[in-house]
Amino acid sequence: MGPVGVLALQGDFREHQQSLERSGVETRQIRKPADLTAVSALVIPGGESTTIGRLATLYGMIEPLREAIISGLPTLGTCAGLIFLAAQVVRDSPPLLEVLDVVVERNAFGRQNDSFENPVYVEGLDSPIIGVFIRAPRVVRVGPDVRVLATYDEQIVMVRQGNILACAFHPELTDDLRIHEMLLKMREEN
Amino acid sequence: MERGTERVKRGLAEMLKGGVIMDVVNAEHARIAQDAGAVAVMALERVPADIRADGGVARMSDPEMIEGIMDAVTIPVMAKVRIGHFVEAQILQSMDVDYIDESEVLTPADEEHHIDKWSFTTPFVCGARNLGEALRRIGEGAAMIRTKGEAGTGNVVEAVRHMRRITNEIRSLASMTPEQLMSAARDLGAPFDLVQEIAETGKLPVVNFAAGGLATPADAALMMQLGCDGVFVGSGIFKSSDPSARAKAIVEATTYANDPDQLVKVSRGLGEAMPGKEIADLDVQLADRGW
Repeated sequence: MGPVGVLALQGDFREHQQSLERSGVETRQIRKPADLTAVSALVIPGGESTTIGRLATLYGMIEPLREAIISGLPTLGTCAGLIFLAAQVVRDSPPLLEVLDVVVERNAFGRQNDSFENPVYVEGLDSPIIGVFIRAPRVVRVGPDVRVLATYDEQIVMVRQGNILACAFHPELTDDLRIHEMLLKMREEN
Repeated sequence: MERGTERVKRGLAEMLKGGVIMDVVNAEHARIAQDAGAVAVMALERVPADIRADGGVARMSDPEMIEGIMDAVTIPVMAKVRIGHFVEAQILQSMDVDYIDESEVLTPADEEHHIDKWSFTTPFVCGARNLGEALRRIGEGAAMIRTKGEAGTGNVVEAVRHMRRITNEIRSLASMTPEQLMSAARDLGAPFDLVQEIAETGKLPVVNFAAGGLATPADAALMMQLGCDGVFVGSGIFKSSDPSARAKAIVEATTYANDPDQLVKVSRGLGEAMPGKEIADLDVQLADRGW
């Protein structure tokens, strides 16, 4: 099986690579359309969604990413990754892939002083994970094909739609590999 | 629910990696920076080149000016306080600024003590010339480090010196036997537990950006190839002839730092870079402020 691609335009892509490599898979940094050849799954990391969106547009990444995801490539997005995957963003939208049928609000919990960690119960996991929320977004509306996997304080913070998994928090900043393993399981099944 | 944890403070810096943080003096500059793809902006009244030219005491900026910038953009906003001026930091924290830079670019308020950064919810970034200085700041609670370089000069030589020194000192620690670490801690003037941690992991426990004198896309790519996690560009953008084009080019050069063909494309036709200065000709070396 091909390596797991990690979008490396900006953000904490190395932390995602470390989590994936600790789970025993090879990774590849994705900066140009050709880098997507033969990847078996995709991660869109945390970072600044405006920066990632702008670079993706400029370097012709939007269409190739969209096509790969729509054709079934197992994909995980965290924080800025959730925003980038979304169909729509409330106010001041950066460029989006529009593949995940959700509406997202950026910086929904406030500025950095309101960033926090809290246990999060994720459907399918037998114990909570540490949710690290950094200027985090939340999902304000989901389409009919989207399953809500986790909430925090009644806000939707993790969803799945077919081959797409997305969360508002940062599993890559913890030692817990279970969210990445959910992606790898989708990759096995694909 | 826990706010202001080490992971949350260091985590925001992780999200800025591979990006460019730009000095801006008003809301219009901030919008130009955001549109160019900056991951954050540093709000200050005068860019370092002007502080250097004007002389006098440089202090924290007017809250009204900082708030104007916070309202203008959605990316994180950082602001500077004088070294040791914990009340300026309290003011910025109270304003919900996203990151505080305890900066040698402003005139120090305390020549002996830096701020106790553990006592704040807002994370801090601090400058360093070498590993000992970086570890002292991390020991005081800094959640992000940047090389000091020499701000306002358009001369990257000091940023290179500081980055190389930190990298070499980390390599040296990683090769030491356990009984050598205490004397290394003494020589570095650094907390022993952090020295031990670095000897084990071979890297800083926080994100390290390059700063101080970067003026071109090639400068940004140089610092990335030397191993820093991202770059600050101060005077280099808004003291150049075409700030928007230069800002965009530096953002692209930071992402494609290892791709010379791409660097050719982004470096073309940017107009004049900011005027540079020889370090030997400076009246004041800002990097010598703090310890």
